[in-house]
Amino acid sequence: MHDQPLLRVEDLVLYFKTRRGHVQAVDHVHFQLSPNKAVVILGESGCGKTSMAKAILRLLPRNVSRYSGKIELNGEDVMGLTDEEYRTRVRWVKISMVPQAAMNALNPVIRVGDQVAEPAMVHLDMDKEQALNLAQEMFQHVGVPVDFLNRYPFELSGGMRQRVAIAMALITKPQLIVLDEPTSALDLLTQANIMNVLKTIKWETGASYILITHDIATSSELADEVAVMYAGQIVEVNDAESFFSSPLHPYSQKLMASVPKLYDDEQPDFIPGRPPSLLDPPKGCRFAARCHLRFEKCDQDPPTFVVDGRSVKCWLYEQESATVIEPAIVKGGVS
Amino acid sequence: MSAQLPTSPTEAPVQTNDILISVKNLRVWFELKKWGFSHVGWVRAVDDVSFDLKRGEAIAIVGESGCGKSSLMKTLLLLNRPHQGQIIFQGRDISNLKGKELKWYRSQVGFVQQNPYGALPPFMTVRRILEEPLLINGVKAKAERMERIRQALQEVALTPVEDFLNKYPHMLSGGQQQRVVIARAMILEPKLLVADEPVSMLDASVRVEILRLLRKLQQEHNLSVMYITHDLSTVRFFSERIFVMYAGKLVEQTHIKDLLSNPLHPYTVALLTGTSEPDAANAKHLKEVPPGEPPSLVNPPTGCRFHPRCPNAMPDLCDAKNPPTFEPLPNHVVDCWLYDGDRTAYPETS
Ligand SMILES: Nc1ncnc2c1ncn2[C@@H]1O[C@H](COP(=O)(O)OP(=O)(O)OP(=O)(O)O)[C@@H](O)[C@H]1O
Ligand SMILES: Nc1ncnc2c1ncn2[C@@H]1O[C@H](COP(=O)(O)OP(=O)(O)OP(=O)(O)O)[C@@H](O)[C@H]1O
Ligand code: SF4
Ligand code: SF4
Ligand SMILES: [Mg+2]
Ligand SMILES: [Mg+2]
Repeated sequence: MHDQPLLRVEDLVLYFKTRRGHVQAVDHVHFQLSPNKAVVILGESGCGKTSMAKAILRLLPRNVSRYSGKIELNGEDVMGLTDEEYRTRVRWVKISMVPQAAMNALNPVIRVGDQVAEPAMVHLDMDKEQALNLAQEMFQHVGVPVDFLNRYPFELSGGMRQRVAIAMALITKPQLIVLDEPTSALDLLTQANIMNVLKTIKWETGASYILITHDIATSSELADEVAVMYAGQIVEVNDAESFFSSPLHPYSQKLMASVPKLYDDEQPDFIPGRPPSLLDPPKGCRFAARCHLRFEKCDQDPPTFVVDGRSVKCWLYEQESATVIEPAIVKGGVS
Repeated sequence: MSAQLPTSPTEAPVQTNDILISVKNLRVWFELKKWGFSHVGWVRAVDDVSFDLKRGEAIAIVGESGCGKSSLMKTLLLLNRPHQGQIIFQGRDISNLKGKELKWYRSQVGFVQQNPYGALPPFMTVRRILEEPLLINGVKAKAERMERIRQALQEVALTPVEDFLNKYPHMLSGGQQQRVVIARAMILEPKLLVADEPVSMLDASVRVEILRLLRKLQQEHNLSVMYITHDLSTVRFFSERIFVMYAGKLVEQTHIKDLLSNPLHPYTVALLTGTSEPDAANAKHLKEVPPGEPPSLVNPPTGCRFHPRCPNAMPDLCDAKNPPTFEPLPNHVVDCWLYDGDRTAYPETS
């Protein structure tokens, strides 16, 4: 049975205007996410992961030159909402975010308990006492000792500050939490502990996650689905099981081969070359210059082919594919 | 490493026990002062650390943030002076070198720092960046300097060399910047290369590229390398031996294969458990890792510094007495009471 997706992103575009031209940071992206699932967005630095998160949360910088597409939340098109409606009905209330480097973005002069309580006061209309009680509950959830409520950020370790940032995103009990590199600056054991916290929250609250990371191994700790981004585009959406054992897109295959394995003698390999500039990306397949499997057809932009419910933007899958997504509707991932 | 057989009757066997640098009971403590003068305590960043590093050998030092990895390394570069203990380089104690001799020693040790972004002076071209150490070390002939710069760039595969000589750091990708940092570290032909988290800021694929480059340089120049990292998964492809560091101490030292197949220290076991491999099954269960965080190095726990987090801690022993170094297996040493001769309580390892 297919339940209604929690989030459906269709043909999402976000370009930035710069002196050197338009940066095509998010370029016609499609994916969807079911309730209580986690989708991981993988990709190299600068491929557009954070920009995509910002596009979904409508946290836009001033120099946006194009912002279009469809974002459906529980079947409602939230792109049609005014900024004011979006702010009061969607952001924090239904979708919240732990931004990249959140642990360094806490306000240094406000006690962490007050910072965590604030979204509850603003968005859930709670008074300060109620909100602080709820903040205390959130601290317990994420494993911060409750007597830390009265501390300032500088009195906490990086791992504890990151947990505080997660508590802040959780306090309004949103259905969807966007986590942008939530553990990348942290130690191994702290990272593992925070992954445990995120798993437990998902199991207990039924929340969904969009987890943005370039750490492939750690991403498998949370992933139900994996979306791979390359040069502003999503090139593959696959369920975790099949992605980690047999990724489809040549870029995904190369990415997987670059992961060093602890107990395997196979040497990790690297991808020669670099991603193209997003100011003037190549007309055909954007991965072509680095692809070991490219052929004549790759000079043209490949559409997204759907193979057994997985979507892949690569000409190699033209024959096997029953459906083609040519900017219209996509049904990536599994539900 | 076992000694290799000579390939021809005239060739001597590879010297495997030729020690380049030997560290004995090294202590690096930083004084904590209140209002800038009154003494309030010490940060015991490196405490009683001993090890040997052979010529041509790569070792990895693994541990969590703040455990003292960078302090240890900076002391080997004599950027910090040891508080106590000795550093023997090619048979001679160098901990108090000054002036010309210090300059000579520093030319023997190349350094690749933690963060490539910001490691390079932004207003210097690549040529200038590489020329500087040569000038400082008195390479007077311009033609010789240029020749060595070209050679260094070729070695780190920044070719064609002409494309890079006049570039500024911001015109290079993170991986290319790190190659320049490596070229600069190599240009004086050091005997030891110290690489402090050389790849932690880079993408997975670029990481592999840079680690392979370092490995190649190590083998071609018979360099000794100290690779400092918190990422266990890259260690296997990069070094022969591994040292695990916790709260200022080396708690386990052995060959990488032995560490993976038979980790002895409970902290090492935790690090291995905490390291993920890409596998969809991971999402289905929680990881069994010790809670808590590494201790403050100002007031480290009494006894074994890992005892507050250790699942195997033995009351009245681990919290009271600092474990000495045991060698339960050949060339595999560990600071943990579980391996005290008259105990048999080895932890389960898989
Ligand atoms: N406000 C902006 N104006 C112009 N360009 C921008 C802006 N924000 C991001 N970019 C550019 O858009 C591209 C995508 O950036 P983004 O931050 O989304 O990448 P990312 O995948 O999150 O990278 P990382 O892994 O390094 O965080 C990059 O080339 C970046 O330089
Ligand atoms: N110059 C100094 N004065 C006082 N304390 C110092 C100094 N340098 C380092 N420390 C302290 O010594 C301890 C060890 O620091 P060090 O930088 O060696 O750790 P590390 O293992 O390299 O950590 P990371 O993984 O975060 O780089 C830390 O508690 C640090 O705050
Ligand atoms: S479309 Fe062609 S170039 Fe692009 S990934 Fe597929 S095979 Fe490679
Ligand atoms: S000495 Fe005791 S506390 Fe320390 S690691 Fe060994 S068993 Fe654990
Ligand atoms: Mg980002
Ligand atoms: Mg360091």
